[in-house]
Amino acid sequence: MEFSVNSPIIYIMVGIIISVVLAQSVFFLVRALKRAKELNIKSSTIKKTISSSAIFTIAPAIAVLVGVVALSKSLGIPLPWLRLSVIGSITYETVAAGNALEALGQGAGTTITDPSIYVTVVWVMTLSIAASLILAPLVTKKIQSGMNKIGLKDKKWSEIFNNAMFLGMISAFLGYVFCDVTYISKGFLQGLTPVCVMGVSAVFMAILGLLATKLKIRWLTDYALPISLIVGMASAILFTNIFGGYEITTQMLQEVTA
Amino acid sequence: MKKNLSYMDSVHRYGKIWGLTIAVILLAFPLVLSIIFSCTPDYKALSKGLFATLPMYWAVGIVEVFTYVPMLGAGGTYLSFVTGNISNLKLPCAIDAMERANVKASSEEGEVISTISIAISSIVTTIIIIIGVILIIPLTPILESPVLEPAFAMILPALFGGLAVVFISKNLKLSVLPVLLMLILFIFVPALNAGTVGIIVPVGVLFTVLVARIMYKKGML
Repeated sequence: MEFSVNSPIIYIMVGIIISVVLAQSVFFLVRALKRAKELNIKSSTIKKTISSSAIFTIAPAIAVLVGVVALSKSLGIPLPWLRLSVIGSITYETVAAGNALEALGQGAGTTITDPSIYVTVVWVMTLSIAASLILAPLVTKKIQSGMNKIGLKDKKWSEIFNNAMFLGMISAFLGYVFCDVTYISKGFLQGLTPVCVMGVSAVFMAILGLLATKLKIRWLTDYALPISLIVGMASAILFTNIFGGYEITTQMLQEVTA
Repeated sequence: MKKNLSYMDSVHRYGKIWGLTIAVILLAFPLVLSIIFSCTPDYKALSKGLFATLPMYWAVGIVEVFTYVPMLGAGGTYLSFVTGNISNLKLPCAIDAMERANVKASSEEGEVISTISIAISSIVTTIIIIIGVILIIPLTPILESPVLEPAFAMILPALFGGLAVVFISKNLKLSVLPVLLMLILFIFVPALNAGTVGIIVPVGVLFTVLVARIMYKKGML
């Protein structure tokens, strides 16, 4: 068959795989909703969980879509569509595709016309993310029963343990936000952008939280995170204008040190 | 109690079936492509590409499974490790949902809320990407506009700023050491950046749990 990165047959295959993935989500959703009823979780709680999760997802999902558009230049539409709907995250897939294209001596901006190159890229991207895909279904039960053994003995500790895990993850990402501040001494104010964006989002979250409790606006708590996310993202446009484009390349650094 | 067990057991059973089925389908995709277009991969480039990508990704992938399972819950795990974007979308979404519903990740209520939130998030993401793919031609200039670019690039700081307020204000004493450690690591170790933060997450989690354990034993929490 004649090859093209946007060949209808690839679209069809990708469409089928994504339908299966969608079906899995619906399957688990239906079962969890049923179980929620049996556990007597308030239906208002469930409704809020659904609506705020959906609203929260919109902005990050559009960011994923930006990744699809960026990768589609060389890989066509269906492959990035698949890779970013299933397991992929923008950072991983862009790097994986880049590594494969580099190994093939193919520029990242040119559309692939050779099916053998295309298949090579697909293999690199698929095998690279296969570890957690295969491992998760095999070990989740074991990890959970291990956790239960530690957790069930002491109720207070298990609650602290939970908070500590989330806090540990959040602190890692907080640290990451500051990873470029050392460049400020070299004259790159760009490193301040993520810090300021985080600050704006944090301040907004705090204000919304205070408003919600002081004025008893319950719905505000449900949308506080998505609102501060969007405000933070919008502020990034402002800070980038002030501090300059975010990307600090090695070339820029070399120019400064040289 | 018996019913309780049976829900969790069924989550694990179906999670395994769905997860492995999807893994097989995904691995079959490049094979079928080869057959349809009657071509073979360029093995030299394949091994070179894999060598550059696979070791790091597998290391992160394996570590991620062990780090995120306790936070995502069973149903959330089975869905998230298929649909991806865990740290930048699924997990914050689930954490926020459990926090507002006032349920613990380790309880069955937490399990159910986390699963609902992650399932909804996965479905919404998939639908948005489908709409985007259909409308890709009119949408491309908007999505690629240089004005909006920084907004999408700064999604992680915007997301974790909000989450941090909630969790740090709730655990002020416990958060001092982990936040300090991470700030020092990321500011002074140049190798730590957007690409390597995935490796550091488990370090942060283990360190915080350890600090929590010591403080708890000493009656400080």
